[in-house]
Amino acid sequence: MFSTYLFFFLSTVALISAVMVLLSKKPIHGVLYLTLTFFTLAGHYILLNAQFLAVVHIIVYAGAIMVLFLFTVMLLNLNIEGEFQKSTLMKFVAAIAGGMLFLVLIGTLKSFDVATVGNPELTQIGLVKNLGKTLYSEYLMPFELSSILFLSAMVGAVMLGKTTKK
Amino acid sequence: MENTIAQFQIIPLQYYILFCSALFSIGVIGVLAKRNALVIFMSVELMLNSANLLLTAFSAYRNDPAGQIFVFFIMVVAAAEVAIGLGLLVVVYRSTHSIDINMLNRLKW
Repeated sequence: MFSTYLFFFLSTVALISAVMVLLSKKPIHGVLYLTLTFFTLAGHYILLNAQFLAVVHIIVYAGAIMVLFLFTVMLLNLNIEGEFQKSTLMKFVAAIAGGMLFLVLIGTLKSFDVATVGNPELTQIGLVKNLGKTLYSEYLMPFELSSILFLSAMVGAVMLGKTTKK
Repeated sequence: MENTIAQFQIIPLQYYILFCSALFSIGVIGVLAKRNALVIFMSVELMLNSANLLLTAFSAYRNDPAGQIFVFFIMVVAAAEVAIGLGLLVVVYRSTHSIDINMLNRLKW
């Protein structure tokens, strides 16, 4: 029962802060609301007994990606209130389109019976030990390839950030 | 006895599907309705995260570790994507002094 209440609490906070990301006038408030969303999602991961992913999620998203966003907002001095907005009609159309997408997703999944087979509170696959065993045996090759992806991303970011002197 | 009680109180998988669809739709609305490139990036992050959570939920309910490994790789790609995307944003800001995506139509020739 407790986990169900926790699920509803985390979902409500996540959805409200996700909406606030879009409604906040200043970009920096949006970034902070997004951080709140990420923390509630980490709570969801713990609820699903995926401890490894919860920790990685906090380190990568709340630690690295949010710092990148905050640095961009502060370095570029982007924290100007509502300087450019789409017209009200465009916002309305966007909200209608997104709402239609939500309805289509819900309508599709309504007719599709998802049997709840396992119990996430009893599974042990999300623990670091078990996930690490799978990662380093079955998925060793993609794991090593992702390091090349990171290297190329790093080189690309440095190349983009470099000011060319003429 | 413990096990049956735990089975009875389990959160239905449908709840996760509902929640993740809602989060994904909010991300889509953000991409469609905003002109600030930074907010569009944040909405893309929301969509990625909703997909991640749903993959993890299915993986946990099906007792299959492949889903969680996949989420790990999605996080890897997302981190690289954000680094490059924000680098591009800085370059765009340096040349146009704005991150309004309507300014980017000058990429057309």
